[in-house]
Amino acid sequence: MPMIASLLCGLVFGAGLLISGMVQPTKVIGFLDIFGAWDPSLAVVMIAALAVSVPGFMLAKGRSWPLLAARNFWPTRDDIDRPLVVGSTLFGIGWGLVGLCPGPALESLATLSPDVLVFVAAMAAGMVLRDLWQRSRPATPREQALTSADG
Amino acid sequence: MVHFTPLSAAIGGGLIGLSSVLLMLLTGRIAGISGIFGGLLNPRSGEIGWRIAFIAGLILAPLIAGLMGHGMLPPRMPANWTVIVGAGLLVGFGTRLAGGCTSGHGICGMARFSARSIAATVIFMAVAIATVALTHHVFGG
Repeated sequence: MPMIASLLCGLVFGAGLLISGMVQPTKVIGFLDIFGAWDPSLAVVMIAALAVSVPGFMLAKGRSWPLLAARNFWPTRDDIDRPLVVGSTLFGIGWGLVGLCPGPALESLATLSPDVLVFVAAMAAGMVLRDLWQRSRPATPREQALTSADG
Repeated sequence: MVHFTPLSAAIGGGLIGLSSVLLMLLTGRIAGISGIFGGLLNPRSGEIGWRIAFIAGLILAPLIAGLMGHGMLPPRMPANWTVIVGAGLLVGFGTRLAGGCTSGHGICGMARFSARSIAATVIFMAVAIATVALTHHVFGG
């Protein structure tokens, strides 16, 4: 059941990206390009998503466990540390360069576009590099105390 | 504002929000795509199936839309191979280092009013806007 639920959630997420036009890098760049012919659509996507997810998450918080799993797997961290700032900066540069973030990139694999295949391969390599780099250095006591991952 | 599409943006955004709420209510998971995908590259037992199922759904969506006559156009990336590879590496490394991307921090984290996610979202948005300003207007990309 959790597998079917995940599949359906992926489908709904994909439909949302598709209908909103956020699978198209040019549409995303249109939002990021505030000095050009600015397209506020992405802001509307975020506001609409939050309009649904804020009350939805409040509802989820009131429940002690999810319907199809033994427990919640929610992030517990709320600190703003250096990896968060550096990582978000690097992600912002990559996102601004081509207009693709991970969701639309993976969804676009359906088109078998060579550009997307190369982008996703590079994205996976970047993720593996980060994991290798993380493991190659000793964890600080702070990191040992804060082991839970975010979304 | 020549390309502004508020209605489809609102409907699509609502569906993205709905998906993240359903995933949380049903499976207790955060719908963060970089986290879901990244977890597959460093797999732990019991943590693989639901991730593959979610990504399969994500990829199936445009194929089903195609069967209904609303096929997805291949994304247009006005960039050369070097830029695409560099951007992919930055997106992969950056999202894993920051523990989330536009979905995990931008929607799920913001919806929980997490200071960490709000900070991440403000930073990657501002940096992406600056990057587009530099490449499109200063260096005329």
